[in-house]
Amino acid sequence: AQGFTLPFEAAFSFPQTDCSPFASLAVSPLQPAIGTPEMGDSQYSFSLTTFSPTGKLVQIEHALTAVGSGQTSLGIKAANGVVIATEKKLPSILVDETSVQKIQLMTTNIGVVYSGMGPDSRVLVRKSRKQAQQYFRLYKEPIPVTQLVRETAAVMQEFTQSGGVRPFGVSLLVAGYDDNGPQLYQVDPSGSYFSWKASAMGKNVSNAKTFLEKRYTDDMELDDAVHTAILTLKEGFQGQISGKNIEIGIVGADRKFRYYIEAIAYGLWLN
Amino acid sequence: MSIFEYNGSALVAMVGKNCFAIASDRRLGVNLQTVATDFQRIFKIHDKLYIGLSGLATDAQTMYQRLVFRHKLYQLREERDMKPQTFASLVSALLYEKRFGPYFCQPVIAGLGDDDVPFICTMDCLGAKELAKDFVVSGTASESLYGACESMYKPNMESEELFETISQALLSSVDRDCLSGWGGHVLLVTPTEVQERTLKGRMD
Repeated sequence: AQGFTLPFEAAFSFPQTDCSPFASLAVSPLQPAIGTPEMGDSQYSFSLTTFSPTGKLVQIEHALTAVGSGQTSLGIKAANGVVIATEKKLPSILVDETSVQKIQLMTTNIGVVYSGMGPDSRVLVRKSRKQAQQYFRLYKEPIPVTQLVRETAAVMQEFTQSGGVRPFGVSLLVAGYDDNGPQLYQVDPSGSYFSWKASAMGKNVSNAKTFLEKRYTDDMELDDAVHTAILTLKEGFQGQISGKNIEIGIVGADRKFRYYIEAIAYGLWLN
Repeated sequence: MSIFEYNGSALVAMVGKNCFAIASDRRLGVNLQTVATDFQRIFKIHDKLYIGLSGLATDAQTMYQRLVFRHKLYQLREERDMKPQTFASLVSALLYEKRFGPYFCQPVIAGLGDDDVPFICTMDCLGAKELAKDFVVSGTASESLYGACESMYKPNMESEELFETISQALLSSVDRDCLSGWGGHVLLVTPTEVQERTLKGRMD
């Protein structure tokens, strides 16, 4: 609480951003430093389909913020499979945890986890499932992971260039095993997608990525990768990690994506 | 005369040992008048996949153009060639799209799949696939072709013998059909090479 000794001091209460020399260090793209070109960006944040003078679509930046404040999720590509995992922090102990499922199947050999707004991810999973089935109906061949990721990303991009819609507030980690082996892709609200050997999203992403960088090896086996994934989640976990508050999804050379709502089911135990 | 007999055609594909052969006649007619004697009915999709289209010639050409279009886009997107089974499913889907106003053509698809295993199939003008392990036929001379292939075919023929067999089957069948003939066109495809040969038969 600020105490004002003289009345006119109250009239001159300075704004949050102070003008000291250290103010030039920007905290985030949405809190630009005074004097930089990004300062005027907020005037353009009302409209998705208008570029700001710095060349950004500010709505997409906001969508990425929504992702960045979502629960941590990560994925690791091993030599013989892929594992994806996420925290499952429920808002209250009264929630029926068996009804909550964050990791979902897109096809029998491709699974997905998200960070950000759950309902947005449900819409994307629904559309992707339909696209995968349309591909199968046309070619009688299961859709390759790259093609499904490409089409999902195209949907997300559509919502950054249409009228009356907003971008999806999720980043997806897509894990699959097809003729090209194990694959892990991240898809962002802007519609860009990247193939990763290991990646993390959501809260605590930088710590998780640093941890993964240290631990990842190219010839990792699937079991090692699962263990590493759980350890990485544990690193940033607020509270007590247990089999009941994380979810794991695994696909191996058998090409069957399996998810475990309760990691205890996988036979893991955690300290 | 039915619409399928307007132009006249004969097509046959046979499976050999790690190879396949696909052959067609060369006549293009307008009812009973012969208009061309070098008409191409067999088209290449990629090095190990060929499609022959019998029936109405204009539909055969349009179907081929549509398929090449789809396959080129597939190659660009997926960075690989289509497998013969996948291609057959695509042809079937495209034909069925026109269920109530169909293309009047019957395709014969022949290719080498994974591990160079030969694959042949045919379908009707609505896309009903017929997979076969030995031979498939199509066109106005199909009944004669069925008979000739059934009696001349042996499994696991080497490429030279397969060429002889398919040529004899084609020439003897088109001789019994006034709407097809004027020679033959045979493609023999093995994992390493493609041999294209023109046959001279009864030029009538």
